[in-house]
Amino acid sequence: MVDVKKMAIVVHSGTLDKAYPPLMLAAAAGASDMKIDLFFTFWGLLLLRKKGLKRAKLPGIMRLGTGMMRWRIRKVGIASMQELLEAAKDSGNLTIYACTATMDLMMVKKEHLIPEVDGFMGAAGFLDIAVDADIQLFV
Amino acid sequence: MSEKPTANKTFDARGLQCPMPILKAKKEITTLEVGQILEVLSDDEGSKEDFPRWARRTGNEFLGIFEEEDFARYFIKRLG
Repeated sequence: MVDVKKMAIVVHSGTLDKAYPPLMLAAAAGASDMKIDLFFTFWGLLLLRKKGLKRAKLPGIMRLGTGMMRWRIRKVGIASMQELLEAAKDSGNLTIYACTATMDLMMVKKEHLIPEVDGFMGAAGFLDIAVDADIQLFV
Repeated sequence: MSEKPTANKTFDARGLQCPMPILKAKKEITTLEVGQILEVLSDDEGSKEDFPRWARRTGNEFLGIFEEEDFARYFIKRLG
């Protein structure tokens, strides 16, 4: 492809409802020959911890219904977040960055993170990526 | 729609939800030679928009949708 399209997403939230859409989009974009940069910051960083995707809950009082939601996700045949992440990685088009400043804030250390994390950067680094992307989203 | 193309490979994506039909189709089409045709069976309603757009976006040729009773057949020719 001559003109490779790019998507940059800030993954700011750590709850199940907000974690799913960026991973679905990343997986679909990977299969559509688009390059994807995911920048995990604030509560989004919690998803990058080992078992973080498995532990994500619905927000607020809805967290009590997380088990039911996960059951429904399986029942209707939607892929797990781990499967979506792996599929996006397999495409070779996904790069994952963790935000260094909020890692301290969220008490997330490098050794806590899954091996799929490619790099670490701050706001200026992500802006440099996002300014050249065709799609920029904040979730 | 015109005559149904003859596929070199058929992939059954029925039961899979978005975005899995596209993800699996991507893997399948890369196993084909350029010029060969992939047929995907999907019962995901969203596939009707997704497959034509995805095929064009990835530099392939979308040959058409053929409706069956409770699913549809999608034909994509590998160009890229």
